[in-house]
Amino acid sequence: MTDISTTYLGLKLRTPLVASASPLSHEIDNIRRLEDAGASAVVLYSLFEEQLRQESLELEHHLSAGTDSFSEALSFFPQPDEFQLGPEGYLDHIRRAKEAVSIPIIASLNGTTIGGWTQYAKLIGQAGADALECNIYSIPTDPDLTASVVEQQFLEIVKSVKSAATIPVAVKLSPFFSNMANMAKRLDGAGVNALVLFNRFYQPDVNLDDLEIQPSVLLSTPQALRLPLTWIGILYGRIHANLAATSGVHGPEDVVKLLMVGADVTMLCSALLRNGINHLRDVEGGVREWMEIHEYESVHQMKGSMSQIRCSNPSAFERAQYMRAVKSMQHVTQS
Amino acid sequence: MDQALSHLFEVKVPSASTSTIEMPPPFSTSAPDFERDVLGAIYAGHGDELPVSVFPVDGTFPTGTAKWEKRNLALEIPAWDPNVCIQCGKCAMVCPHGVIRIKVYDSKDLNGAPPAFKSTESRDKEWQGLKYTIQVAPEDCTGCGICVEVCPAKNKAETRLKAINMVPQPPLRAQESENWDFFLKIPQLDRRNIKVTSIRQQQIEEPLFEFSGACAGCGETPYLKLMSQLFGDRTVIANATGCSSIYGGNLPTTPWTKNAAGRGPAWSNSLFEDNAEFGLGFRLSIDKQTEFAQELVGRMAGVIGEELVNAILTSPQDDEADIYEQRQRVDLLKEKLDRSDSPDVKQLLAVADLLVKKSVWIVGGDGWAYDIGYGGLDHVLASGRNVNVLVLDTEVYSNTGGQASKSTPRAAVAKFAAGGKPRAKKDLGLIAMSYGNIYVASVAMGAKDEHTLKAFLEAEAYNGPSLIIAYSHCIAHGINMTTAMSNQKAAVDSAEWLLYRYHPDRAAQGENPLILDSRAPTRKVQDYMLMETRFKMLTKSKPDEARRLWREAQDDAVSRFRLYEYLAQRKGNVEPPKANEGGKT
Repeated sequence: MTDISTTYLGLKLRTPLVASASPLSHEIDNIRRLEDAGASAVVLYSLFEEQLRQESLELEHHLSAGTDSFSEALSFFPQPDEFQLGPEGYLDHIRRAKEAVSIPIIASLNGTTIGGWTQYAKLIGQAGADALECNIYSIPTDPDLTASVVEQQFLEIVKSVKSAATIPVAVKLSPFFSNMANMAKRLDGAGVNALVLFNRFYQPDVNLDDLEIQPSVLLSTPQALRLPLTWIGILYGRIHANLAATSGVHGPEDVVKLLMVGADVTMLCSALLRNGINHLRDVEGGVREWMEIHEYESVHQMKGSMSQIRCSNPSAFERAQYMRAVKSMQHVTQS
Repeated sequence: MDQALSHLFEVKVPSASTSTIEMPPPFSTSAPDFERDVLGAIYAGHGDELPVSVFPVDGTFPTGTAKWEKRNLALEIPAWDPNVCIQCGKCAMVCPHGVIRIKVYDSKDLNGAPPAFKSTESRDKEWQGLKYTIQVAPEDCTGCGICVEVCPAKNKAETRLKAINMVPQPPLRAQESENWDFFLKIPQLDRRNIKVTSIRQQQIEEPLFEFSGACAGCGETPYLKLMSQLFGDRTVIANATGCSSIYGGNLPTTPWTKNAAGRGPAWSNSLFEDNAEFGLGFRLSIDKQTEFAQELVGRMAGVIGEELVNAILTSPQDDEADIYEQRQRVDLLKEKLDRSDSPDVKQLLAVADLLVKKSVWIVGGDGWAYDIGYGGLDHVLASGRNVNVLVLDTEVYSNTGGQASKSTPRAAVAKFAAGGKPRAKKDLGLIAMSYGNIYVASVAMGAKDEHTLKAFLEAEAYNGPSLIIAYSHCIAHGINMTTAMSNQKAAVDSAEWLLYRYHPDRAAQGENPLILDSRAPTRKVQDYMLMETRFKMLTKSKPDEARRLWREAQDDAVSRFRLYEYLAQRKGNVEPPKANEGGKT
């Protein structure tokens, strides 16, 4: 029997197939279905820093708007005994998810600045989450903000979250650093238990009909796989933290490739949104079949086997190979 | 706190006033005597000092008085860019306060225009060679910004700009006030030359409802303004107590106004619970007086002349041209009657104006129509009389501070429904349709403005009872009032609110009377609910209950859409109901 179990964030997982943060996890029923379909862990949807900060302000604004403008009505809404603002709703969701399934539940905190929100890491652990994924999702638009300041801010956020958390912490990152490997190493040094590579970035589109910038998130395509594949391959064996691959994980071969370059787990989102939760069964079956046909005993055996430090041509991950690839493209177009 | 304390400084209060700014009188000195001296005094808070003798003996107050208030509420007002404008008229249509006006006029009317007055060529083929201006009343605007939100024309070089943009009011106040005064002097285009079925033309009709004290961005007032533009110069309104009676006739001023000929809506508010009956009384009285006038005209053919008598008695008065001609005839009639002093003549002169068709409107909110005045409304609708009922449906008792009504949708939080309304909204339209002879329309201006316009025209033209249920966004929904028209669109896109028209005349022609103007839902009810605090707050106070109610609300929307789809798809009636049973005009 092929052993496809793996270890991630200190958690022993049945398979390397984890459901990444997505709208699916808003419903407890979906989390149950993910477990039934074979997900070895579920990352919950994100609790946003802005949500914590602005939700109460917005509610207060709308509940009190107009109350000072008209003498016949001093208010327009009933005043409930209490509102569950801040993280209470999310913490409750963690509790209910833990009660509903037996697989590990990984919570997700999303923010970009140092602030009180990082302290929720502790409450998340107390609510029963097995681990925490900290999603640092920054889109710096200020031209005067230097890379070193942005990087330092990342590290400070991570340290702050780590100091509050009592459970393992993974950090989900963007690939856009001057030196991704150095950033990974510094985060590793800050005590991060895993790196999740990479965030799917919000990139708006232009709507030509109404000339509006349109916020929309594109689902990933299999081509997106190359970016995590490259960097996991480079980082494997060079840092202590676990490596999780996300973006472009669509079929069994994608999973095998990512494990081979060094991923501890692979995370699926777009493929499940597109094909349904049961797609997980097909992917798991495909991975097992591939491993049996190619006579691999375990995920452990294949993990990192194609990473830069273990593969036959390490330069394939580097610039020299890029030059060759471009030249061969020229050759193709000329012939 | 320490920082706040360390930055406190003392303001020395002088013993005598040192300001050199003159306090303007409450109302302009150019206002008529009564407005300036009586209404102005009340406005300034000196009402207690007025003797009883200054008040009108019959309790009738002049209309067109809100314009003297000049509240200067807006920090920002819309400014028009004629080069970007496509002249669609949408900004004027949605303006809740009647401050955005459009005029189409002859170029000679520009003589003496202030230097900053904006004008461009009319783009409408039927108005070729005429000039076009959109002018804002700078001191009456509340700065709600709804006009900018609905403007569909964008500046091609800088897409953040539209054909109308919010700009600071203070620097423009003097200049735009001068422009506004000039604009008012430009004559209105003859109503016979306006195609009322198209918004871009219809919106140049003069609103006879302006500068109300409704909340900035009110969702009710655009409907009233539209009604006043279309029929205001011959309208009589019975208004239920509620928001519309407060902003409609809160002493000392009223936003209901009159045109250059002195014609405008006559308006009154009796009570909350009796408004439908109050309006029916108007109808019966008007019908009786018209009947009497017609009888007298027929009897006096010798004095008036056969030809004029026939023309007066047989005029269909179906459109503006007919109405115009009938008014001409009545003027001629009065002229002829002036030469005689028989008792019949005196009586006819007293009722001659009733020979021109009057449009009776019964107006109120959902608290009146769905709840407290429902019994009376049902009686009046069932009477078959030619009345037009406009329900400004905010789905809550707005004026008294947001109590739930039977119109409140499932899952909405309101007073008396703090845990979310547990039941679905009452379907007032469906109940009215069951009579068969009532014109019923459900509209939402922000979702489909052309549909709203069509429903108003059809309802008024129908010679029997009409009911328009108009989605009205409200401050009691806990929403951004500037973008509220997009909430209306979301309500329709999710089938939370349906657009339809039930026309008994179609049944009389053997067709299905119901036209479902909503398309199948394209988004979830949840998308709409997330835009409004009245729904969203339940997810923060009772998340489990919210989840259950939101699911049920989605089911409500889908099943109601399917029911209407089924009703609208049926073949025409084999035996049509009698339209306008007992109807008279």
